[in-house]
Amino acid sequence: MRITCPHCGARDSREFSYLGDAKTARDGDFASVYLRDNPAGAHTELWQHVMGCRAWLEVVRNTSTHEVLSIREAGK
Amino acid sequence: MKYSVLEILRQGLTGNKGWQPLWRNPGPKPAYDVVIIGGGGHGLATAYYLAKTHGIRNIAVLEKGYIGGGNVGRNTTIVRADYGQKGNSAFYSHSLKLWQGLSAELNYNVMFSPRGLLELCHSDGQLEAYNRRANMIAAQGDQVEMLDRAGVQAYAPYLGFDSARFPIRGGLLQRTAGTARHDAVAWGYARAADRLGVDILQKCEVTGIDIANGKLQGVQTSRGVIRAKKLAICVAGRSSQVAGMAGMRLPIESHVLQAFVTEGLKPFINTVINFGVGHFYISQSDKGGLVFGGDLDGYNSYAQRGSLSQVEHVAEAGMSMIPALGKARLLRSWGGIMDMSMDGAPIIDKTHIKGLYFNGGWCYGGFKAIPASGSAYARLIATGSLPDYAAAYRLSRFESGQLINEEGTGAQPGLH
Repeated sequence: MRITCPHCGARDSREFSYLGDAKTARDGDFASVYLRDNPAGAHTELWQHVMGCRAWLEVVRNTSTHEVLSIREAGK
Repeated sequence: MKYSVLEILRQGLTGNKGWQPLWRNPGPKPAYDVVIIGGGGHGLATAYYLAKTHGIRNIAVLEKGYIGGGNVGRNTTIVRADYGQKGNSAFYSHSLKLWQGLSAELNYNVMFSPRGLLELCHSDGQLEAYNRRANMIAAQGDQVEMLDRAGVQAYAPYLGFDSARFPIRGGLLQRTAGTARHDAVAWGYARAADRLGVDILQKCEVTGIDIANGKLQGVQTSRGVIRAKKLAICVAGRSSQVAGMAGMRLPIESHVLQAFVTEGLKPFINTVINFGVGHFYISQSDKGGLVFGGDLDGYNSYAQRGSLSQVEHVAEAGMSMIPALGKARLLRSWGGIMDMSMDGAPIIDKTHIKGLYFNGGWCYGGFKAIPASGSAYARLIATGSLPDYAAAYRLSRFESGQLINEEGTGAQPGLH
């Protein structure tokens, strides 16, 4: 699987660290810490380019095919 | 038909023409007392124990594909009872006891082979941790022993004792652990349940769950509507989707775990080796193939295949602990979908909907759990309460804080 970092270009997924569902509000309540939509299909998730520019990326990826649908820098 | 030596003789003398299919292939009835979604190991075991122990015979098991085609046929077949956390240890201890009598119980050879399980230790700290765990396992009455370096060398001489990075300092050995034939477990439970009158409905996919006023009515399936007094979800790899049909959100993420098998070799690996630091585990099948696996790829996936980077990682971990592995040729690899719970332990519980039950979140440990999971789930469905050995697997534990976090990694399923 390759992830196209907006800063560094297409890179091996090994360079990235995975956090999980980006839509989960991380405000510390029970549902946001523990419950997940866990869709089979388009999933908006956070990856960090730890072995590159270290930017946090918001990636939309199809969990049934691993196809990356869109990528943008998180929080922007 | 009961299998016996006499039956083999009789069939042999009559041209082997009397053997029957292992289970019937009935059409769906309009209504059942209990409908189980998922014809994997856990679902079939649940049906069997409901019929055998609790006398409920009007049961259907709905399977989207075919029996043995899901995760029960995609695992590395390891059976062990070496858990350390309260809640887990008693459960897996009970499951191992059920494995020991399973072939006789089902009148079907599941080829349970207690060939032992060796967990390797590479540092003082790890030895201390495993000594503590061994004491806990011994205290609950299960077989366990600690080996020193010489003991490991005598037991498994093919390991890499020259490794500078991971020197072998000792190991935890459970001689009663081992492997079983995964297909036979599915087939054995299916046949035994069928003999007790359970309808196994293959190619029957659930498309909706009917609920009215907070009470279960039945299920919509690809083979029509089926009414049910009780509905039991038991679908490894699709828990979130099926529970979603009842409006539930689960503390589960689905991840891919890859496994591998080499060409058939002469007897080489005499036991199950668990190289925990590299997250690598291996055994040799009765056919001779070396069956091994590694860690999760680490991202949400339903694709049943993983990344090549993880293949490389598993190969490196294997080579670092068993250098001779490099001579073997890989026959095939595959991925299975693991429903990873937020604390790494499973869930067996009622839901907030009357008549709807949930069993899932087995992470990558579901195979060894099949007998105890089925028997606990059957008891819950039949009587409304879980047996003591499974009482910790409540869905509410995530909210109440009574987590069973064996790995200590927090609510990060990709790290369990």
